[in-house]
Amino acid sequence: MTTMTDPEKGGFHVSQLLSDTRYRAYTFQAIALIALIVAFAYLGANLVSNLRAAGLDISFKFLGSEAGYGVEQALIPYTSQSSNWQAAKVGILNTLLVAVLGCAMATVFGVIAGVLRLSNNWIVSRIMAAYVEAFRNVPVLIWILIIYAAVTNAFPVARDYLGEDPERNMMFGVMAFTNRGVYVPMPVWNAGAAVVLAVFVLSLIAIALYRRHVTKTLFSSGRILPTFWPTLALLIVPTVLAYFIMGRPIGFDAPDTLSNRFNIQGGVQISASFIALWFALSIYTGAFIAENVRAGIQAVSSGQTEAAAALGLRPRRIMKLVVLPQALRVIIPPLISQYLNLTKNSSLAIAVGYSDITATLGGITLNKTGRAIECVLLIMLFYLAISLAISVVMNIYNNSVKLKER
Amino acid sequence: MSDTHAQSVAFVRDTAIPAAPPPARQRGAIRWMRENLFSTWVNALLTIAALVAIFFILRGILPWLFNGVWTTPSLTACREVLQGKVGGCFSVLTERWNQLLFGFEYPRDQYWRPATAFVLLFAAAAPVMFFNLPRRLLIITALYPFVAYYLIWGGTVLTPIVALLGFVAGYLAYAGLVRSSFATGFFAGIAAAALTWWIGGMIVSAIAPARPWLVHVPSRELGGFMLNMILGVTCLCLSIPLGVLLALGRQSRMPLIKGMSVVFIEFIRGVPLITLLFVANVVLAYFLPPGTSFDLILRVIIMITIFAAAYIAEVVRGGLAALPKGQYEAGDSLGLDYAQAMRLIILPQALKISIPGIVNIAVGLFKDTTLVSVISMFDLIGMIRGPILAASEWKGIYWELFGFAALLFFVVCYGISQYSQWLERQLSTGHR
Amino acid sequence: MKKSVILGALALAGVSAGAAAAGTLDDVKARGKLNCGVVTGLVGFGAPDANGEWQGFDVSMCRAVAAAVLGDPNAVQFVPTTGKTRFTALSSGEIDLLARNTTWTFSRDVDLKFEFIGVNYYDGQGFMVPKALNVSSAKDLDGATICVQTGTTTELNLADYFRKNNISYEPVPIETNAEGQQQYLAGACDAYTTDMSGLASTRATFEAPGEHVLLPEIISKEPLAPLVRHGDNEWADVVRWTLNALIAAEEAGITSANIGELSAQAGDAPEINRILGTEGDLGEMLGLDNEWAKRAIMAGGNYGEIFEKNIGEASPIGLARGLNAQWTDGGLLYAPPFR
Repeated sequence: MTTMTDPEKGGFHVSQLLSDTRYRAYTFQAIALIALIVAFAYLGANLVSNLRAAGLDISFKFLGSEAGYGVEQALIPYTSQSSNWQAAKVGILNTLLVAVLGCAMATVFGVIAGVLRLSNNWIVSRIMAAYVEAFRNVPVLIWILIIYAAVTNAFPVARDYLGEDPERNMMFGVMAFTNRGVYVPMPVWNAGAAVVLAVFVLSLIAIALYRRHVTKTLFSSGRILPTFWPTLALLIVPTVLAYFIMGRPIGFDAPDTLSNRFNIQGGVQISASFIALWFALSIYTGAFIAENVRAGIQAVSSGQTEAAAALGLRPRRIMKLVVLPQALRVIIPPLISQYLNLTKNSSLAIAVGYSDITATLGGITLNKTGRAIECVLLIMLFYLAISLAISVVMNIYNNSVKLKER
Repeated sequence: MSDTHAQSVAFVRDTAIPAAPPPARQRGAIRWMRENLFSTWVNALLTIAALVAIFFILRGILPWLFNGVWTTPSLTACREVLQGKVGGCFSVLTERWNQLLFGFEYPRDQYWRPATAFVLLFAAAAPVMFFNLPRRLLIITALYPFVAYYLIWGGTVLTPIVALLGFVAGYLAYAGLVRSSFATGFFAGIAAAALTWWIGGMIVSAIAPARPWLVHVPSRELGGFMLNMILGVTCLCLSIPLGVLLALGRQSRMPLIKGMSVVFIEFIRGVPLITLLFVANVVLAYFLPPGTSFDLILRVIIMITIFAAAYIAEVVRGGLAALPKGQYEAGDSLGLDYAQAMRLIILPQALKISIPGIVNIAVGLFKDTTLVSVISMFDLIGMIRGPILAASEWKGIYWELFGFAALLFFVVCYGISQYSQWLERQLSTGHR
Repeated sequence: MKKSVILGALALAGVSAGAAAAGTLDDVKARGKLNCGVVTGLVGFGAPDANGEWQGFDVSMCRAVAAAVLGDPNAVQFVPTTGKTRFTALSSGEIDLLARNTTWTFSRDVDLKFEFIGVNYYDGQGFMVPKALNVSSAKDLDGATICVQTGTTTELNLADYFRKNNISYEPVPIETNAEGQQQYLAGACDAYTTDMSGLASTRATFEAPGEHVLLPEIISKEPLAPLVRHGDNEWADVVRWTLNALIAAEEAGITSANIGELSAQAGDAPEINRILGTEGDLGEMLGLDNEWAKRAIMAGGNYGEIFEKNIGEASPIGLARGLNAQWTDGGLLYAPPFR
C-alpha cells in the first residue's frame, strides 16, 4: 500500500508483524491459512467421526451396481439393469441436451424480443416490454410449473390418436401433439447415409470458405459479391443431389398409432417434461437476453450510424458492418453468462420429473443407495466442469475482441 | 414595392396566410397511428398480428377473470356454481389466503405479528432507499432487525435486546479503538460483542419468563410468502457485507487471500443453488459435530447467503475496477492505510456504482427463494404444491394458485426493478 | 432479522453441546418435544388439515409415542420429509423417529444402519387405471405410460415387475402425490402406481372414484414400518413397545372408551393390567412410568381405532383391514406378549 515506511533501523521486533506494512501482509496470510486449515480439519474430523458413528464410509462402488429403475428419456442405451454410472451418464446427456437446445431457443427469443423492443412500432415494442418484465420478475420455477401444467392439461391425450378410427389425425400424417409429449418421425440411416451426411458437412465448409472469400474481396478490391443465393445453393443442391444419387438412403420412421393400445410407438418422443422445461427455460432466459441485446444495440452511439450513413452505406450494411460488430462486443459476455445461468437452472428439471443429472444421480440413485455425500459431490463437480468450460470460452472470446488501443 | 410588379403579376398577396390546421391525416390520433403503427407495410403487419394476439389473450383471460367465483368451500362447489361456464375458482385464494401468506402452522391469532413486521419493513427500508431522507432515520433501519425478529419469532423480549446490546458494545469498542488502528478496533469490537452475547445469553436463559408476552413460534412453523420474504430480506442483508469482503479479497495483493476468494467465488457461482440446498439439507449434517442439529431454515439462510454473496462480490469487483486508478493513488498519497483508504475513498464510490447491479442480484435472490420448496420447505410454492394441491377440496386447481404466486412475485420484483431504474437516474448525475 | 440468525446459532451451539452425549430418550425428555419425521402430504397417513393440524395414520404413531414418553400427545414437532431427505434427517439426528410409510427392506436396515421397530401397515404395490381403458390385469399394460413417484421402492418394483413379465412401459417420474394425480387425471399416463393404500386414498379424493379401478395384481411386499437410528436400543424399545401396546390393546379389547374404567384398578385380565400398568412395572423397565401405555392408547385409541378413524372403511380413504387385521381375525398383526 504505502511506500512511505522509513528504512528499517535496528533489529526485528515481534510487534512489527502487525505494525509494519512489509510484514503485515504475511501475518494476515498466515492467519488466514491457519484458519482455513483448522476449519477444514474440523469439518473433516466431524465427517470422519459421524461416518464412523453411523457405520458408513465414503465409497463410489455404488456407481457400478445395478440402478434398478427406468428413465423416461435416454439418449444412450439404458435399461433398469444398467449401472448407476450409466444412469448418471443418461442424466448428464439429458442436462446437456436441454441446456444446448434451451440456449439456442433462448437466443432466438431474446434477439427477436430485444430488436422488436427497439422497434418504432408502438404496440409491438410495448408487447415486448411486457414480455420481458413479466418473465424477468417471476421465478423460473413458477414458469416451469405453469408451462408443465399447461402442456398436461391443454394438449390432447395420446389415446385420441390411437386405433383404426382415431378422434384426431396426426399433423401431416407424421406428427402428434399429446400431453405425453410430441411425436415426430425418426430418421433412419441406411447404407450410404454417411455419404450424404459428409456431403452436407462439406457444403457447410464450402459456405464458410465462400463467405470468407466475399469479405476478402470486399476489403481488398471493394467489390461486393452476392452472398445470399450462392449460400442457399451450396446448402441445398449438393446434399439433395447426393441423396438421390445414393438412392435415398435416409428414410423416416413415422410414429405408429396402431400397434399399441396405450401409446404411440416408434418415431421420436419429445416428452412433455422436456418440452415444459425447455420452453420455460428458454422463454425465461430469452427475456434476460432481450435486455442484453437492447443494451448492446443502444450502446453503439448514434454517431457511428450517422457516420456510416454519411459514407453512403445502406441501412442493411450499416447494421452488418458497423452496428453489429460493435454491439456484439457488448452483448456476448452477458449472453454467455445467461447461457451458464440457463444450464444451472436446468437442474430445476426435478420439479417436472425430467431425467437430468440432478434427477437420476442426485435423485433416484441418491435415494436408493443413501450415498448423499458422494452423489452431491459428483453433481457439483459436473456443474463446475461445465461452468469452467464456459468461462474458458468466454475468456478466449473476450481476448479476441478486446479493443487493441494505442 | 407592390407597384413595381403590378403590371407583370396578376396578383400579389400582401398579408400572411393564417396558419391552417394540418391535414387530417397528419394530426392527432391518426398521425400518431401512421407514425407508430403503420409506418411501413412490415410494421402494419406486425401491428395487426399483435392486435390479433392481444385479442385472443384477452378473450381467454377476461371471462375467466370476471366470471370468477370467490366464495365456495371447495373446487367441486365452485364448479357447480359455474355450471360449465368459463371462470376462475378464486375461492381457493379466499379460503386459503392465510396458508398462502403465512404457512399452515403459524398460529392464526398471531398473524398480526408478521403483518406488522412487513409494514415496518417499509419504514426501515425507506432511509436506505431514499438518500434525501434525514440520515437520522437510519436508526430505525438499525433497530428493525431486532423488532422484526421479536415480532416474527416471539419468545422473551430479552433475546433481541441482548443481541442489540452486543452490537452496541461492539460498536463502542470499535469506535474507541479505531483511532489507533482499524484492525485493533475491529477485533476489539468483535470481542466485545461476543462477550456481551455470552454473558447476556446466560442471563437471559436464567431469568427468561415462562410465559413471554409474545408466544414463541419455532422456525419450522414459518411458511408461505412470509418465508420467501424472510429468506429474501435476511439473506440480502447478510450477503452484502460478505460480498464486499469477498470482492476486496479478490482485489487483494496478498496471493493467499486472493486465491481463497477466487476459489470460493468461482466454486459457488459454478454450481446451481439447488445443489447447495441439497448440501444444506442432506449433506451438511455430516460435517457438524455429532449430535448437533440446527434449524433447516438457518442452514438454508447460510447457503442462500453465500450463494448471493459470491454474485454480489462480482458486482462489487466490477465497481472497484471501474474506479480510476487516481482514486487509489489519492488515498496512498494522503498517507491513508488500506482500511482507511477503502472505508473513506474507495468503497463509497465503488458501492455507489455497484448499486444497480446489487439490486439486480436482490431480485434474483428473492426469486430464488422459491427453490426451497424442492427441499420440503413450505414457502409459497411449497404450500401450493404440497398441502393445498394435496387437499381433497382443491385437487386439480392450478391456474388460480400459480397465477396468484406469479402476481405476488411480480409485484415485489417489478417494484424493486423500477426502484433500481429510478436510482440509476438519480445517481447518474455528474458522472457522465 | 439478520441478528436473529447469529443469536440462533449461538443458542443452538449451547444447546447441542449439552445434548450430544445422552441417548435419544433422555434428549426427548429434556427437550420436551418429540421430533417426528412425516410425509409432506398424503391424506390419511400424514397431512395437515385445513386448520394446519397434522392428521393421519402415521401421525397418530408420533402422537402415541409423544404421549407415552412426554405425557402429551401434542408435544410433537412434525418435520415434513421427502423421499430424498428422510434418511439423512434421521441419521443426522434432526428427527428422533421417522413415521413416514417407509418400506422395511434389507439394505435400509443393514446398509443404511436403521432400526425398523415393527410393521404398522402391511401394504403392497398396485396399479390404478381408468375404467375406460378396459384393463383387467397389470400384465395387459404392455407399452403403457405409468406415473410413478421418484425416490421410492415403487420405482424399483415397477422396473422389476415389467422385466419379469417381459413387457415394456414408459415411466413418468413425478415428485409429489398431487402431481401424480394431475398427470394421471389429465391422461398423461395410463396407469398410476404406488402402494395400494396410497392408491385408495388418492382415488377417494377424485371427483368420480367409480371411473377408476385398482388392478388385482399386488406386485410387491411393502411392510411399512416406523424407524429409528441404529444403535440406540433403549429408544428403539420405547417406540417398538408403544406400537406393540397399540396393537395388543386392540387384541385385548382396550379402547379409548373403556380405558378409563379398565385402568382405574387392576381387573381380572392380567395382560390388560400389565399393559395399563395396574400390575407389574413394565413401564419402569422401559425407563418410563407405569402409565405410559395408557397414555399412548388414550392419545388416539388402539390400533383399530386409529385405523378406522384415518384410513378405515368409514373414512374417505375407505381401506379394508385385510392383512392389517389382528391375527385372531386372519390378519398379520401379532403383538408379542406383555410380560
